[in-house]
Amino acid sequence: MTDDRHQIEQKPPRSDWRDPAVEFRKGTYCHSAGAKYVEALGLPNPRDWNPADADWKLPPDWKQIILDGMAERLEKYRSFKLFMDVCVRCGACADKCHYYLGSSDPKNMPMVRAELIRSVYRRYFTPAGRVFGSLAGGRELTEEVIKEWFYYFYQCSECRRCSVFCPFGIDTAEITMIGRELLNLIGCNINWVTKPAADCFRVGNHLGIQPHAFKDSLEFAADELEEVTGIKVDIPINRKGAEVLFVMPSADYFATPHYYTLLGYMSLFHEIGLDFTYSAYASEGGNFGLFSSHEMMKRLNAKIYDEARRLGVKWILGGECGHMWRVLHQYMETMNGPADFLEAPVSPVTGTRFDHARSTSMVHICEFTADLLYHDKLKLDPKRNDKWVVTYHDSCNPARGMGLLEEPRYVLKRACNQFHEMPENTIREQTFCCGSGSGLGTDENLEMRLRGGFPRANAVRHVREKQGVNLLACICAIDKATMPTLMDYWVPGVEVAGVHELLGNALVMTGEKERTTNLRGEPLQPAVPETPPEEVPHG
Amino acid sequence: MGDRPLIYAGLFLFVALVTLPVWQGIAAQSSTVGPELKAPAHKKQCVAPRAYMREAHMELLMAWRDGKVRKHERHYTAADGTVYNVSLTGTCLTQCHGSKEKFCDRCHEYAGVSAPNCWGCHTSPPAEPGGVAAVAAGGMR
Amino acid sequence: MDLLSSFLIMAALVAVPLLAGVAGGGQGVLLVGIPYAAFAIFIVGLCWRVVGWARSPVPFRIPTTCGQQKSLPWIKSATLDNPSTGTGAVGRMALEVLLFRSLFRNNRAEMYGQRYVFGDSKWLWLGALAFHWSLLVIVLRHLRLFVQPVPACVLALGKVDSFFQIGAPALYLSNVIVLCALMYLMLRRLWDLRLRYICQFSDYFALFLLLGIALSGVLMRYGTRVDVVAVKQLAIGLATFQPVIPAGLGLVFPVHVLLVSTLAAYFPFSKLMHMGGVFLSPTRNLANNSRMKRHVNPWNYPVKTHTYAEWEEEFRDKLTMAGIPLDEAKND
Repeated sequence: MTDDRHQIEQKPPRSDWRDPAVEFRKGTYCHSAGAKYVEALGLPNPRDWNPADADWKLPPDWKQIILDGMAERLEKYRSFKLFMDVCVRCGACADKCHYYLGSSDPKNMPMVRAELIRSVYRRYFTPAGRVFGSLAGGRELTEEVIKEWFYYFYQCSECRRCSVFCPFGIDTAEITMIGRELLNLIGCNINWVTKPAADCFRVGNHLGIQPHAFKDSLEFAADELEEVTGIKVDIPINRKGAEVLFVMPSADYFATPHYYTLLGYMSLFHEIGLDFTYSAYASEGGNFGLFSSHEMMKRLNAKIYDEARRLGVKWILGGECGHMWRVLHQYMETMNGPADFLEAPVSPVTGTRFDHARSTSMVHICEFTADLLYHDKLKLDPKRNDKWVVTYHDSCNPARGMGLLEEPRYVLKRACNQFHEMPENTIREQTFCCGSGSGLGTDENLEMRLRGGFPRANAVRHVREKQGVNLLACICAIDKATMPTLMDYWVPGVEVAGVHELLGNALVMTGEKERTTNLRGEPLQPAVPETPPEEVPHG
Repeated sequence: MGDRPLIYAGLFLFVALVTLPVWQGIAAQSSTVGPELKAPAHKKQCVAPRAYMREAHMELLMAWRDGKVRKHERHYTAADGTVYNVSLTGTCLTQCHGSKEKFCDRCHEYAGVSAPNCWGCHTSPPAEPGGVAAVAAGGMR
Repeated sequence: MDLLSSFLIMAALVAVPLLAGVAGGGQGVLLVGIPYAAFAIFIVGLCWRVVGWARSPVPFRIPTTCGQQKSLPWIKSATLDNPSTGTGAVGRMALEVLLFRSLFRNNRAEMYGQRYVFGDSKWLWLGALAFHWSLLVIVLRHLRLFVQPVPACVLALGKVDSFFQIGAPALYLSNVIVLCALMYLMLRRLWDLRLRYICQFSDYFALFLLLGIALSGVLMRYGTRVDVVAVKQLAIGLATFQPVIPAGLGLVFPVHVLLVSTLAAYFPFSKLMHMGGVFLSPTRNLANNSRMKRHVNPWNYPVKTHTYAEWEEEFRDKLTMAGIPLDEAKND
């Protein structure tokens, strides 16, 4: 892979898109799901198999299962039916996909990715396709097509960037989600999605951290925070009668650099005296069900409302996570609501009623913190972040599935002295995916991740060279897990942090000791802007 | 679901608009009879064949205008050798077709053809004979 | 392959009425039978497709948000690109349908050395907008042939369209624009290799048909000429179900009619249905208010979950050990 680093290029495609043959090249696909995880979730066709093998051990009636599955989904989802019908192949989406930009593989152009399933739809579900076949853009459903689907629907991170540019709003994420659901029906899952889903289902979180370890982990974090601030914060877990249930992605209490974001939340909650609780049962805000099927999404998401009801909280606060917020914002209450046992969220500090979340009763922590800052309820010392020259990566789902654009920026600009935006075609609703979203962030898929992350890294490199940016802030657990690798590879010298890590650094807590380090335990130091390397035409 | 009435209403509106000519035709009792033009009693032959005149009289008139205004060509020789005075008002209308209203407008209005700028300069011979003097003077305003 | 087959079919569609015209037969079929059949297929087919879409519910509220959400009162929200109300969504749809808002965002990624540069790319937007608006104007102008008396607004539209008074009959701007736009849309499909990779029969065929229609129309108006009165008699006859075939329709006119009929009949079975589909896209026509107001999924069904009681039972020892409060003390 290292040698391919400088070979990202746009070359015109020559082959015929109708040919489904796919080469499963190491580094560009994910491992198949282990049989025990498939079984644990009660999903069909658990078995050991390998995508690179010729025989995928599909069930004998796989073709009928797929066609029945398509028929069912065409009746259940107008999005699917419509998006199968209305694409005019205008090509506006072609160069909007980070996987296409990074791989030059023409089947990664969103319109072609959709065409892989659309051609089967035409052949079996439309009069023109049934009669005229290939002339009407139809393709036979063969085992090769299934393999092609598997390859390309697990090369889409459901980031929705193409949908922003589509004149009909065709959302490839929607097509990929249905495509993956169909594959699930015949047991073609990837391990990086199915194992976390199975763990989340049974234990409560994707990482399979059991309740006692959950508590240990939070307490350990509290100890670390005490070392930095001299303040011991409370760790309420499964506490009934709290006002707020706080739900975060499990990586926040397990992985770095997520961990420092957790320290940020902890200091914030302590400082404002929030009456809240963590939950060891609903110990996962993220939802790998979204990357698997609508039903799995609902099954994993159910515990958040169930736990809120059981604990008798008034409303729910959610941590920094991308796809988690797609689910919470666009699916949760529809699937598992109504949330009539909760109240419209009101900030206990400012009294602000979060009217925009009055029905779902769940507030994003950036909305919550921005409100605190706007009302001057927090004392900040942004100089403590002077080591960082910060830029902000809009995570796909909060940007395009929610529109959470200004809140994190407001927090960042208050918490940091040096903030620079990346070029405008790469941020906000046009933000580029990290290349590892939707369950593709696994190491065996590294080449594809680095390729898919290239457009994002490309924009970071621009601000690194122009403004000496050395920190990429974001609000997504998958970003935090995978961007450090991406940055090391394409833009060495840029680190990754959550927005609330920077807030935690800057937050002046009542009774704290004089801080000598930031939350990472690195000495506080004045800003030494690095001299940017040579000026290059911008990217 | 909830939006179905809206979708069906939109669809209905679209179909109603697309089939507008049908409904309008029924309401206005439109017939397929086109405008009737009275052929002049005293002449059997126009300056050019009838079929050509129906489709392309504007070409001829434009050619007449350009020839007369720019090259002073006052006479037009038809295919059968007859020589005509080049004048929309004087020759075409006064001698055979009557007036703009009785002749030109019939078809132009029927087919919704906006006349080009003929009538920016020319006048139509008035129905009353009193207007002949003006016509003799060249028909120009 | 697709290009060739669509071209051959197109050529046949032009040749058949020409040959029929030369041979002097088939007028009834070409000018009455086929147009009626095509129009019926168009109306019925279009309704069938739209009703088909409408029958599938929208289970989730999934707008693609293209601007700041409505959250805190002091943060300005993007009321059109990320509407939080029904009115806003109507506004967003109006921008989308009338001005192709999303296509306007288009940019082009170009590789310079080892970096991507994203440059503005408005040509597709301009070409598409020019084509669709001219087509609308042309279709509306044609009402003068189908309606008697001609509505004033249709006459006015024709006046505006021929504003520059070039030649006689006056040149319609929409005719020039539609031809240029169609040529552009066709050439980019051939020129842009990315696009050519995925182009299918339907893409070429629709463009060929439209080009053929536009060219034959322009040819009749400015070239071979046609007796407009005769055309109108035919059109009115068709519209009022008393078809007549007047003399003087020439050779080109049946070609024009056959191409339009083909387009109409092909419409419901092709990508051209995007005309109706654009209104129904759930990523565009819904307000982003899913946390303000619960969206109901009509087929929502209960799923197997791992309940708190089951979970507590499974991890009882560990919960006890860690001192995490339990719901139920163990009875035995």
